[in-house]
Amino acid sequence: MPREELQELQLERLQQTVERAYHNVPHYRKAMQEVGAEPGDIKSLQDLQKLPFTYKTDLRDNYPYGMFAVPLSEVVRIHSSSGTTGKPTVVGYTRNDLNVWSELMARSLTCGGATKNDVIHNAYGYGLFTGGLGIHYGAEKIGASVIPISGGNTKRQVMIMKDYGSTVLTCTPSYALNIAEVMEEMGITPEDLKLKVGIFGAEPWSDNMRKEIEHKLGILALDIYGLSEIIGPGVAIECPAKQGLHIFEDHFIPEIINPDTGEVLPYGSVGELVFTSLTKEALPMIRYRTRDISSLSLEECSCGRTHVRMKRVSGRTDDMLIIRGVNVFPSQIESVLLEIGQTEPHYQIIVDRVGTLDTIEVLVEVSASFFSDEVRRLEELEKKIRGEIETTLGLTVKVRLVEPKTIERSEGKAKRVIDRRKI
Amino acid sequence: MKVKQISVFLENKSGRLAAVTAVLAKHGINIRALSIADTSDFGILRLIVDQPDKAFEVLKQEDFTVSVTDVIGVEMPDQPGGLAQVLAELEKAEINIEYLYAFLGKAPGGALVVFKVENIDTAIEKLLASGVKLLPGETLYKM
Repeated sequence: MPREELQELQLERLQQTVERAYHNVPHYRKAMQEVGAEPGDIKSLQDLQKLPFTYKTDLRDNYPYGMFAVPLSEVVRIHSSSGTTGKPTVVGYTRNDLNVWSELMARSLTCGGATKNDVIHNAYGYGLFTGGLGIHYGAEKIGASVIPISGGNTKRQVMIMKDYGSTVLTCTPSYALNIAEVMEEMGITPEDLKLKVGIFGAEPWSDNMRKEIEHKLGILALDIYGLSEIIGPGVAIECPAKQGLHIFEDHFIPEIINPDTGEVLPYGSVGELVFTSLTKEALPMIRYRTRDISSLSLEECSCGRTHVRMKRVSGRTDDMLIIRGVNVFPSQIESVLLEIGQTEPHYQIIVDRVGTLDTIEVLVEVSASFFSDEVRRLEELEKKIRGEIETTLGLTVKVRLVEPKTIERSEGKAKRVIDRRKI
Repeated sequence: MKVKQISVFLENKSGRLAAVTAVLAKHGINIRALSIADTSDFGILRLIVDQPDKAFEVLKQEDFTVSVTDVIGVEMPDQPGGLAQVLAELEKAEINIEYLYAFLGKAPGGALVVFKVENIDTAIEKLLASGVKLLPGETLYKM
């Protein structure tokens, strides 16, 4: 679709969304009135900037159903976050929302190279988390064979991938590495499997981690993006060109803002991703602050798709650690570790405060391939890791080598940071 | 003439050494000699055992980082100057010693020291040529 036509479609859908939100959701009406905005003010896509942001706390404050724009009788599915950081956020879908979501997931899987001939091994968690069922419906829509295995019991996962001939793996990137590790232990090589593509998301990961997964599983690893507040997985997906994720702009408008000032930044700038849904019925989202850090590009992709692309999420504004005034993202440390390559990418970052000084300690598991019986070689490794992290972050850090399997393995999102500071 | 030593990575926290010895005990593996090199954060446990290959396998299965290293077992007169003489031979041959530790118990003819050296094949050759007695692994494991 030519850009002009797309923008016409976006504007029309935006106007409908704002209208629906204003009239059916007291929160939106109040928030818009506070800034003196009305649905009629939206005459161009630029006018979106007149509308206030929506925050995760708005969903919590209106827990559980206060942000819904339709009566519960029209809601056919409810998902929710785990609520580990506060009250869970509840999201609802009408029949049409589910159709749209399935369609977007079908597009995503197709973009990743999946067809009806594939066996999709879906190790995203099923249940209230949107990952499992999101992928599931999309996979069924393209006519692939879905294995709804969900997370956990990794040995059985490997056995099933081998015996059932899984060709596409979908899970979090940290779980993919966990699976690769268990495969090694079981003596199963990528050649024993039929896997060709992995579609990974739900947590920030680095390019080096991609290489590690691709090498260990012998597959093409692609990034998928989504969040339950917007619709779930399938908001954007990488194509095999790996030049950023294509955002499905006929259903969502992305913006990049300065997280501190809220100012909208031009294409190419790094900032916080903000999404507005264009077709959601049950839970319209207007300028939702994702907390994810990315940038947008309109450059043409070699795959021929014309929708705007977002860069792989490099961190979260709320994951960002501020240590002695320096912004630190766990992904930066992960990148260094993977580059050194002599250690398994199992690590944990412990932040503490001694007196008034923040300290950062990185625990790294020693891999069998590097282990030496000489103290000085292990000390050299520690020193090398420390040096590279310090160069990257501009901060002094402590590196501690730990025994394998002592850092907790994740079957979902990895817990990389333990912040013990009491501020 | 090489001797297989088992090296294990241990974090410096209580119970880790006990855990290794418990695994060996469970599998009926007897320790012949051991030493620990440590820093404030971690240690490396070095072991000569009666069944090195089995020890490697069972420790690996229990998720320890473990490796097998070649060392040499040197027998020397149990009297003043016994070790000095062996060290002099190594120095003459310009072979660096990474570390050494004594064997529990005694060789029939004297004291026994385990050496980890930089160039093990040359070291074996030179020591044998100068009349120093080396004990092969098979002998040590059973001592």
